[in-house]
Parts: sequence; structure tokens; C-alpha cells
Amino acid sequence: MMSKIVRTQANFLYPFILIFGFYVVAHGHITPGGGFQGGAVIATGVALVAVAYGYDTIKKWIKKTHLTAAEGIGLLCFIITAFIGLSTSFFYNFLANSGLIFGNRVPYGINPGYLNTAGTLPIMNLAVGIEVLGGLSVIIMYMMAYGREVKQ
Amino acid sequence: MRNVLMSIVFLILLAFMLYVAINPGDFGSSTGEHFVFGAPKFTDMDNYFIHNGQNQTAANNIVTSIVFDYRGFDTLGEASVLFTAVLGVGVVLRLLGGGRNDE
Repeated sequence: MMSKIVRTQANFLYPFILIFGFYVVAHGHITPGGGFQGGAVIATGVALVAVAYGYDTIKKWIKKTHLTAAEGIGLLCFIITAFIGLSTSFFYNFLANSGLIFGNRVPYGINPGYLNTAGTLPIMNLAVGIEVLGGLSVIIMYMMAYGREVKQ
Repeated sequence: MRNVLMSIVFLILLAFMLYVAINPGDFGSSTGEHFVFGAPKFTDMDNYFIHNGQNQTAANNIVTSIVFDYRGFDTLGEASVLFTAVLGVGVVLRLLGGGRNDE
């Protein structure tokens, strides 16, 4: 556990880092970024809290089983979304321009960007984002657990 | 012996690649396609993505539409690489830490 200044700053920054990470994931089909980048940003928030509070405190808040479950669920959702379009081809974008959820058309050329577009791309971005945040966070947790055991 | 063998393989590969780089017209001439290094013939691939990406995938971000739609299988490989990396880190660090399973 680090000093009170570091802990206060971590408390202040943690929600903003998470919000920014989920923003990058959710706007992956409009702005630069996507699932991998946004998941890495969220994992940096987890790393900040883990460094500020130490492993013994953080392991009561963030369970490694939940993170590994998030990783598996993300990869599974990604593969399932890819398999749903299998009637045409693997990774077929069956929702694009269909009028359903995320199915609006986007005008050709320069436009301000619309969230309700791009078909399966936002779903895949969300799935990959969940997978990456779980994977990188659980790597950090494993390394901190191992470092504590070495110190003892 | 092993070093000599590796050197021979390296020299053969180097000679082949240098030959292809210097004489690009001969490579693939049996199929009638000539690849020139630095000036590929199929430059209209990126133009295809730029002109049709917004209509076909309805996404503004062409990079995302390539990564998750046109080349989605490649992204599946990247995601499995991350999954395998986490699996390896978990196994190795748990073994190094004494193999306990209490947390």
C-alpha cells in the first residue's frame, strides 16, 4: 500500500480511466481505437488501483475468477458473433444496413458519425474489449500475487 | 556441422530473395503475373476498401471495418493469442509460486 496522496489520486482517476476506456470501446466503429485499445486502457485503471493499494487489499475487491470469466465470455461472444453469419460466410456482417440494432446506413463520405451503425462491429468491439480488459488485468493480478509470494 | 548447414540454408535463401528483388519480372511469369517490389500491381485493394467500406459495413472507421469484418479471421487469431498468453502466465506463475490454489 502506498501513501495517502497516491491513494487519493488513484481514487480520483480510477472512474475517469474506466469511462474513457469504455468510451474507446463503444466508439470503436467511429473514432480511432476499438476493443483492444479500450480494453488496455481499462486494464491500466485496474493496474493503477492495484499499485496504489497493494495486492492484499485489492484481492478482496477484484476477484481473479471474475476476470478470467470475463476473458472467456468475451472470446466466446466474439466467436459466436462470427458464427451467426455463417450462412453467408464466416465473419459476415449480417446486421449492417439491415435496419435492426446497429443497422442504420451511413452516408458515403464525410459525416459526423452515428452510433447506431456498423452492424456486428460494435458487438465484436465490446466482446474483444471485455476479453482484453479481463486478460490484461488478470496478468497484472497474477504477477502481483507472485511478487508477494517471492517477497515472503 | 550445424552452423555450416545453417549458413548454407541462409545463403540459399539470401540468393533467392536477392534474385527475386533484382529480377522481378521472372518471378511468377508462368502464371502471367509480374510482381514488382515496391510497386505492387494490385494497388486497387486499398481503393476498394476506401470506396466500398462505408456502404458494405456501414462503419465510418475503415480500419475497424477491415480488422473486424474483412479480416476478421486474423482478429480471431489475435484474441486467441491473448487468451493463450493469459493461460501461460497463470500456469507458469502458479507453478513458480508453489502451486497453491487458495486465491
